[in-house]
Amino acid sequence: MSKILVIGEISDGKLNSGTAKVVAAAAQIKGDITVALFGADVSAAAADAAKLDGVSKVLKIESAANANPLAAVYAPQIVELAAGYSHVLFPGTAFGKDTAPRVAAKLGVQQVSDIMVAHSPTSFDRPTYAGNAIVTVEAPAAPAIVATVRLASFTAVGSSANAAIESASSSAALPSHTRFVKLEAQKSERPDLQAAARVVSGGRALGSSDAFKIIYSLADKMGAAVGASRAAVDSGYVPNDMQVGQTGKIIAPELYVAAGISGAIQHLAGIKDARTIVAINKDAEAPIFEVADFGLVADLFTAVPELEGKL
Amino acid sequence: MKALVSVKRVVDYNVRVQVKSDGSGVITEGVKHSMNPFDEIAMEEAVRLKEKGKLTEIVAITIGGAKNEETLRSALAFGADRAIHIKEEGDVQPLTAARAFAAALKKEGAQVFFAGKQAIDDDANQTGQMVAALLDIAQATFASKVELDGGKAVVTREVDAGLETLEVDLPAVITTDLRLNEPRYLKLPDIMKAKKKPIETVTFADLGVEKGAALTISKTSAPPKRSKGIMVKTVDELVSALKSKGLV
Repeated sequence: MSKILVIGEISDGKLNSGTAKVVAAAAQIKGDITVALFGADVSAAAADAAKLDGVSKVLKIESAANANPLAAVYAPQIVELAAGYSHVLFPGTAFGKDTAPRVAAKLGVQQVSDIMVAHSPTSFDRPTYAGNAIVTVEAPAAPAIVATVRLASFTAVGSSANAAIESASSSAALPSHTRFVKLEAQKSERPDLQAAARVVSGGRALGSSDAFKIIYSLADKMGAAVGASRAAVDSGYVPNDMQVGQTGKIIAPELYVAAGISGAIQHLAGIKDARTIVAINKDAEAPIFEVADFGLVADLFTAVPELEGKL
Repeated sequence: MKALVSVKRVVDYNVRVQVKSDGSGVITEGVKHSMNPFDEIAMEEAVRLKEKGKLTEIVAITIGGAKNEETLRSALAFGADRAIHIKEEGDVQPLTAARAFAAALKKEGAQVFFAGKQAIDDDANQTGQMVAALLDIAQATFASKVELDGGKAVVTREVDAGLETLEVDLPAVITTDLRLNEPRYLKLPDIMKAKKKPIETVTFADLGVEKGAALTISKTSAPPKRSKGIMVKTVDELVSALKSKGLV
């Protein structure tokens, strides 16, 4: 039977919601599931992790050195802990993507990135080409399988369990070459683009950064995050961290509203997992209408404020 | 101070990638290729640091067949001083690539290894971190700001919670995210100049690298297609459609 080590993520002292989705991936692999939590004091997160359905044990690895999630500091401890486990799973977040390859390289194994489906303990589907080609990969079982989990592909497990919580310590030598300086949390009142359930995006048709106000306004009415096409970013209307697409953020919201976005391939690659896509564009031939669940051929400068008013 | 910058030749981001009907991969023949966009950002950052006097030499490096020389020529046109071409025709997975880059980094005595955070073909997002792990050196991934100062780098990283700043000792691996810079448009005189710059060819054997165990790709399939939806005529119709689906 597989023995699966899930590396939990902690945000603001609490268990990051992605961890419950990684546990869901572990449950699909089938096996005994342990969640490991690193930090200075992880008791609150450990209590939440112990409730996750399917988890048999939660390990707390607490030390001053673990106060901030530094890949170079966590990796040697995870490598030490991984002995005896068949799988080490990380969330497909910035934290997981930063840390997992460092662990895989130390274990001498190729990593499986962004698991979408586990067909068996060694066979997985993962996206390539921004999700335009799904590959099925077979990973050698020994010495261990190291993987990140694509969170958008899994539904969080419930929290009605009551797993044992244990403390563990590490004797791994930790490097001093990496020092945490600070974390500036995003000041935006709006939801994070990648985590948001609703996203409103604007394209080149907006014509200026000033005109983007109507997009922000609609987004605020809907409690949505704001995104943009590469064309809008390249035109300087918005900063490029708002770019949705293959070379920007790949998102999977419940509702995606594209206003004045024609639907270039590179943009569509970033939204294909959205549950419902709404497109507003004055060009009836725009490719965005090929993928939209609801399309409205209209001038966005009248349709967007009207939509805001009627919600 | 020397920087090594890895650049990968990938299917251009504007190409609509087609999966082969027999499921053996995607069609790459006769398709436009270009430098991985994240690697362009890495090249641009190295060149800017050299222009500021923080770096003295930039060496571009790639792994692949003969056609990868084009990618190295682009890197040289960006401003790399010379290039290393690791000749390898087959599929090279991230840990193998990382072993080769780590060996080259050591041989060159470079202080910074720049790479894009991921390549837009396999989307692995692993190689930079693995280079750092193999050499037991620092890593600063997903960089949106890089300052080099003496034996240290201060790097701002794009993480889910916002912007994280790390201070790392050199040598270090830095992988680049979108916000770091906007790569320059390559000008004809630079492209001409790049033709005269040296490219050294090496093999995995020269670097003492073995390919090792790999993931086996058993099948490549197209993602489920989205079906074309409904065209609504008015905003009112749209609102009632969204309400009926419980979306607003």
